[in-house]
Amino acid sequence: MSGLLKSPPGDRHRLPVLALVWMILLLCPFWIPYIGGYTSLGTRILVLGLAAMSLNFLIGFTGIVSFGHAAYFGLGVYGCGLILRYVTGSTPLGLVAGMLLGGLAGTAVGALITKRRGIYFAMVTIAFQQIFYFIAYKWNGLTGGFDGLRGFTRANLDLGFTTINIINNDYAFYYFVLFVFAIAVGIMGLVLRSPFGRTLLAIRENERRARFLGINIERHIWLAFTLSAFFISIAGGLYALLNNFADPSSLYTDLSGELVIMCVLGGIRVFWGPLLGAALYVVLQDYISSHTVNWMFFVGLIFVVVVMFFPRGLLGMLRRRSEA
Amino acid sequence: MLQLVLFNLFNGLIIGAFYVLVSLGLSMILNLSNVINFAHGNFLALGGYLAYVLIPYIGFWPSLLVAPLLTGVVGYLIEITMISRIYGRDPIYSLLLTFGLAFMLQDATRYIWGVNGLPLTVPDNLSAPLSQTYFFLNAYRLFLVGIVIVAVLGLFAFLRYSRMGMRIRAGILDLDTVSALGINVRRLRSLNFAFGIFLAGLAGVLAGGQIGLNPNMGDSLLLPSFVAIIVGGMGSLVGTLLGGLTIGVAAALTAVVWPAASDVVVYVIMAIVLLVRPRGFLGEEGMQ
Repeated sequence: MSGLLKSPPGDRHRLPVLALVWMILLLCPFWIPYIGGYTSLGTRILVLGLAAMSLNFLIGFTGIVSFGHAAYFGLGVYGCGLILRYVTGSTPLGLVAGMLLGGLAGTAVGALITKRRGIYFAMVTIAFQQIFYFIAYKWNGLTGGFDGLRGFTRANLDLGFTTINIINNDYAFYYFVLFVFAIAVGIMGLVLRSPFGRTLLAIRENERRARFLGINIERHIWLAFTLSAFFISIAGGLYALLNNFADPSSLYTDLSGELVIMCVLGGIRVFWGPLLGAALYVVLQDYISSHTVNWMFFVGLIFVVVVMFFPRGLLGMLRRRSEA
Repeated sequence: MLQLVLFNLFNGLIIGAFYVLVSLGLSMILNLSNVINFAHGNFLALGGYLAYVLIPYIGFWPSLLVAPLLTGVVGYLIEITMISRIYGRDPIYSLLLTFGLAFMLQDATRYIWGVNGLPLTVPDNLSAPLSQTYFFLNAYRLFLVGIVIVAVLGLFAFLRYSRMGMRIRAGILDLDTVSALGINVRRLRSLNFAFGIFLAGLAGVLAGGQIGLNPNMGDSLLLPSFVAIIVGGMGSLVGTLLGGLTIGVAAALTAVVWPAASDVVVYVIMAIVLLVRPRGFLGEEGMQ
């Protein structure tokens, strides 16, 4: 057992890396104006970064590609938005509702698809995503349909002894998102370092061998899919709070593809890779779409260039260089 | 009521025919190359637009063949320059590549031919209605169903009797052995890809005559076609054919009783099939 608790050899940079990442994130509102950004851009990156990291829990650490994860992100968005709009004005309750809606949907879908592998798994996840997309799109009375769900705002946080203003104060909202991000990512990291997480790695590396060791592959994949859906719907809830708006594009295939490219752009074998990928992608997309109406062409070009020339992603290439 | 049901049933057949053309192409590519072609709907649009360009010069009938052929050539070039380079890599890369290509093709189409829809003119004798009571039976729609039937029969005959068709079928079962027998698998995959794109281009010309052209015209066909493949069973082209018809007709009949649900019913059918018979109508056991 003690072997499991020791750090694996590749982990010797773990503490410095952790310190660096959290320094950057904690100080973000202070340095981001100097590189031409603004606080809510940082918040957006954090939210999409959490979404991409949740997806990478599946892609990078279980070896299973979901190309329909926007479904659970979007259900998180709608779950949070609907609760705030119709039931209560409590921000934390909205987040919990979003997490439950997306997570439980992921649990149900996961149960149906664990026998599929590779490209076929991806295909089924894409198809299931469409169900949720059409429900959000067609159920006008509840969701506002194509125009999206408006008429809700995030509420200030009431801690009992004091109230934190996250409605108008961008800084406070950034740190609230960072707080939720830290909890989610912390749990994700702990799960990956647990025996369960190591088993997922074993499945990724060699499914047949893992099966011969008596591991119930289907159940592990189902659990991984479920956890990943819960994590990403937390990001969805935060997204609803960030925009005070929910619309069907948050459940659409395009977003699923964008989340996958964020993972690959940063490096799928590196824990923090998708966060860096999200930052790069959001900045690049902002830049391109403010410079040309044909931004779609160039965004597509990013996909093609990354796949053809940088399949390991930025951190993947760095790590390889340092190991060589 | 009967008229309404017949009307929707026929509509379902038309939509189903499009699903069949699109999903057969997708399925051929998926089976032999293990690639989900996200750009398939954009190749479809390209086929329609190429016909739009060609018709003033060579007329409708030759365009019906030449436009899909040109689309197939574009597909072939994209396959040999990009897609063939990522065979054998993790599926995530082929998904992302065709996804990016879909964005690029769609924007390029929009850039060249404009955001607004364009009409695709069909010969006059095709567009007249045939009967007053059954107003929905115009010649073009019957012609459309006829062309799809011919294309599908042609495809199956090609796969069954031609040398290359046999190689493609063998390659789906065991590509390594086919390669070991001295067949150029790389070329086989490129040509197979071009065939799939040809079918998409054909669907594009036919759809253009029915609903007009716009840069996103393939989008609404792409995802239901995935469902057709899943429901019909991975690896089986006949299954894909049945799957496409089933979901087309089911969606159209649902529209009679509950219009808002007609898009969702396609996916509900998929969920039921996955629950009751995970391998689909005609899928091989173990083909996942």
